[in-house]
Amino acid sequence: MHMADALISPAVGAGMWAAATGIALYSIKKVQDMENHKVPLMAVMGAFVFAAQMINFSIPGTGSSGHLGGGLLLAILLGPYAGFLTMASVLIIQALFFADGGLLALGCNTFNLGFYSCFIIYPLIYRLIVNKKPSTARLFTGTLIAAVIGLQLGAFSVVLETVVSGRTELPFSTFIMLMQPIHLAIGIVEGLVTASIVAFVWQARPEIIEHTSSTRGISVSRVLAAFALAAILTGGVLSWFASTRPDGLEWSIAKISGQEQLESNGTIHKVLAAVQAKIAFLPDYSFKSSPELPAAGHGQQWPAVNGETSFAGLIGGIMTLLLAGLAGLGIMYIKKLRKAKVLVE
Amino acid sequence: MPTIAESLNNIRLLDELSGQATPVHRLHPLTKLLTTLSFLVVTVSFGKYDLSAMLPLIIYPVALMITGDIPFTPLFKRMLIISPLAIGLGIFNPFFDREPLIILPWLQISGGWVSFTVIMLKFVLTVLAALILVATTGITGIASALRALRIPKIFVMQLILTYRYIALLLEEVARILLAYSLRSPFSRGVHFSAWGSLSGQLLIKTHLRAQRVYESMLCRGFAGEYNTGSLKRFSLLDLAYFTGFTLFFITVRYGNIPVRIGALITDLIK
Repeated sequence: MHMADALISPAVGAGMWAAATGIALYSIKKVQDMENHKVPLMAVMGAFVFAAQMINFSIPGTGSSGHLGGGLLLAILLGPYAGFLTMASVLIIQALFFADGGLLALGCNTFNLGFYSCFIIYPLIYRLIVNKKPSTARLFTGTLIAAVIGLQLGAFSVVLETVVSGRTELPFSTFIMLMQPIHLAIGIVEGLVTASIVAFVWQARPEIIEHTSSTRGISVSRVLAAFALAAILTGGVLSWFASTRPDGLEWSIAKISGQEQLESNGTIHKVLAAVQAKIAFLPDYSFKSSPELPAAGHGQQWPAVNGETSFAGLIGGIMTLLLAGLAGLGIMYIKKLRKAKVLVE
Repeated sequence: MPTIAESLNNIRLLDELSGQATPVHRLHPLTKLLTTLSFLVVTVSFGKYDLSAMLPLIIYPVALMITGDIPFTPLFKRMLIISPLAIGLGIFNPFFDREPLIILPWLQISGGWVSFTVIMLKFVLTVLAALILVATTGITGIASALRALRIPKIFVMQLILTYRYIALLLEEVARILLAYSLRSPFSRGVHFSAWGSLSGQLLIKTHLRAQRVYESMLCRGFAGEYNTGSLKRFSLLDLAYFTGFTLFFITVRYGNIPVRIGALITDLIK
């Protein structure tokens, strides 16, 4: 479920980076107060999640297999703050060394796979079910339900991020109908694997799970405050780079309904629209449209389909590739000459 | 999902490549990190139909692979393994967007195929950029760049340690799976009855290992600081590298070089 750089827009990437950085800084502040021995524990557990994800767990009655999901297990073993940071490290290593999820999409991935598990699902669902007195049955059920809901939220986020980025043509409704059921099935398997591990560890070495269960829960209001700050930053700074073209959601609405915005009926909508018209200081982000390009969403065709431009683009593209190839060959030739010179000397 | 052997080979290869001494390797890690980020931002900022405009960006990875002595084949194999996601989401574009966009006398290509190709090109470029960064900088270089950016040391230390233990734990998982497969030769994966015990035991072993690791670190004088080595100083070459490439990326982004070259050639033909 790792987002790739190719599927997101810079605004979405930067916005999610800002949100993930805010949460990470807050978590670091929390983790800094803890004992030093937790750092190697976080690292080794991160490595465990990475390595354990390579194990194929065969699903009974089917020919296929499932894998372990990381975020929730890390939150259960290390607590939400350390769990989130460890998940972020694992995702950085996956992005850098395995190209699994991009560097710009790192914010999206940390959010989708770390934030929901550690800061929403762990305190609100897992802890609620497991409560103060964990038992094997409670741990199993809590982990299973939490894993399933966590993955559903993550998958929903992937859909939103992709659609808002507007890089794929998949309409919102189709995309969501594809993603959620698939991730429900994956979530159940992931949940069962994670729950089996947690239940086993609880029976063999209960102190590993007891330690984090007894620690104080997280302050959801503070996480929300960090979230709000990130949102203000995103809205205030990054919107300078907003596209003048319709965004993914507007676009998918337009595709489905034939209109750029949905028409609103009813008194509540009319009252709210009137209030919005009065208070909105950036109505529809009215950007200056460039003289060459017709502004999108005004009934004019975009992009301009033109045979001459297509041909020029094709010729130019081929020329660029040739030039790039020649430059590469040139550098290789120079390097060969240098090597030969060194050998002669 | 790559196999354990593939992952281990990948880590070893990138570690080996990052130990070379080419002009690219000698640059300051922060220079390479920032240049990579500016490349990524420019690459993903291209519109969904800007195929020809973004082609000159190919020069960046090609130039770095040649000057940095980085072989293309292993990087390409890596891309093949992870490409299903980009293909899976991009392949819907030709079905939903059928309007002709490129019109040539002998051929018409729909907007969907163009946007799909743009997604694939972006995918190749961004994946190559990340792998090249690691192959020319290494994890210690990246860690020192992060420290230079004032990322808290607790996070950077944790990142390096996680990386170091991944190789170790991958080998351990490989041994466990080998032992398991020898005892259950016809199974495709771990049986349901062993889900908890197999990985749970690994987890407990890992937990004990973390304690031993910490004790060993204390024995070697660990006092909360992980030394990433002395940071290189910025040179003029670093400045030239970063400024040169960033200017190139901006020119590519706003200049639409291929269309200009193409227009020039078609004008000459006329």
